[in-house]
Amino acid sequence: MSAEKTTLAFDWSCRILADNGCGFPAPGLHSFLFKPMFTVGGYEFNKPMLLALISTVLVVGFFWAAFSKPKLVPGKLQMIGEAGYDFVRRGIVYETLGKRDGEKYVPLMVSLFFFIWIMNIWSVIPLMQFPVSSVIAFPAALALIVYLLWMSLTFRTHGFVGGLKNVTGYDKSLGAVLPLVMVIEFFSNVLVRPFTHMVRLFANMFAGHLLLVMFTVSSWYLLNSWMVPAAGVSFVMTIVMIVFELFVQLVQAYVFVLLACTYIQGALAKHH
Amino acid sequence: MNALVLAATEEQNPLVPPGPEFVVGLLAFAVVFFFLAKKLLPAINKVLDERREAIEGGIEKADAAQTEAQSVLEQYKAQLAEARHEAARLRQEALEQGTVLKEELRAEGQRQREEIIAAGHAQIEADRKQAAQSLRQDVGKLATDLAGKLVGESLEDHARQSRTIDRFLSELEEKAEAAR
Repeated sequence: MSAEKTTLAFDWSCRILADNGCGFPAPGLHSFLFKPMFTVGGYEFNKPMLLALISTVLVVGFFWAAFSKPKLVPGKLQMIGEAGYDFVRRGIVYETLGKRDGEKYVPLMVSLFFFIWIMNIWSVIPLMQFPVSSVIAFPAALALIVYLLWMSLTFRTHGFVGGLKNVTGYDKSLGAVLPLVMVIEFFSNVLVRPFTHMVRLFANMFAGHLLLVMFTVSSWYLLNSWMVPAAGVSFVMTIVMIVFELFVQLVQAYVFVLLACTYIQGALAKHH
Repeated sequence: MNALVLAATEEQNPLVPPGPEFVVGLLAFAVVFFFLAKKLLPAINKVLDERREAIEGGIEKADAAQTEAQSVLEQYKAQLAEARHEAARLRQEALEQGTVLKEELRAEGQRQREEIIAAGHAQIEADRKQAAQSLRQDVGKLATDLAGKLVGESLEDHARQSRTIDRFLSELEEKAEAAR
């Protein structure tokens, strides 16, 4: 079921110096493929989908427990929930959009942050050990929501021509280079931005998962004969990488939401 | 098994989002967003606002209490100053009254002293008169006796006797008056 099992399932017997004709079962793209758990109307349901749904249940469940019957004097759970809520609300949304403009987008940003964070955290949860956001469909879906929101905001705030000016960085004082700048800005804002927005999250989680699988598999692979100390080093590296990944998971959720806020702020900004 | 995995890998591009996952992702997020935006965050916002109001209300109450304390303090200070003033006034008054009393007492003493002196004088005068009276009688008697002895006859004739004595004494008094 777990990522390691999918990988290790190729050859449990593959060990260094075992001399049974197989090499290091290096992790690769196949580490991100899962046998479908079941099929619904021709569509396969797999582990990342299940984890995504569990993420939903966890996020909603946590905030339900914390906020459904809120008290003036908060209990422990409500206090933790409030701390998380305030972190996104004040630390990200108010910081970038301001309290007046930002208030409307707080629910979206809070949802994004915690949903992404939980999807990332699966990377280090025993038995699950797979970051859902390393399957690009999930970051893509979230980036698309943000993209549609900020594009519609751009044109709703500035009108069609104003919106175009906004995304192309129209500035008369640039003179002759203005057309060039407009092309570059249009390309960078409208086409590249959503792509980098989703790939930044995806690639970080993808690479993190590869690293974790790499060290986990090699810990097992090296555990033979006089290479055992090397296996120990690999195992220590696994632990170190888990700690590092915990950090990256949080940072990536933060960055994704921060960028979303920055895009929206650009769409709302009065152009010069 | 290996061949199967390899075949899958070859047609796998990690940057092309698989459709079903995409839909599941959208749905999963939509549910999160729905619950948070529609129910849970408004609920907590309400409580956060209430809490802020409660805190601000508390601050306002504290402000009011402080203002009241300030006014009470000023009131006390005013009362204290008034009391001090009153005490000073009373002391002044007592001092003045004391002076008057002392003056009265002194006057009374003076008066009593004078009365006593006057009484003394009257007494002395009365005593002096009485003494003079008795002296006059004694001197008369002595003089008469002496004269009787000198002239060898009794001058007991009362009429003569008293006339002579009175004349003598009047003369004496006149002389004394003249001498004074």
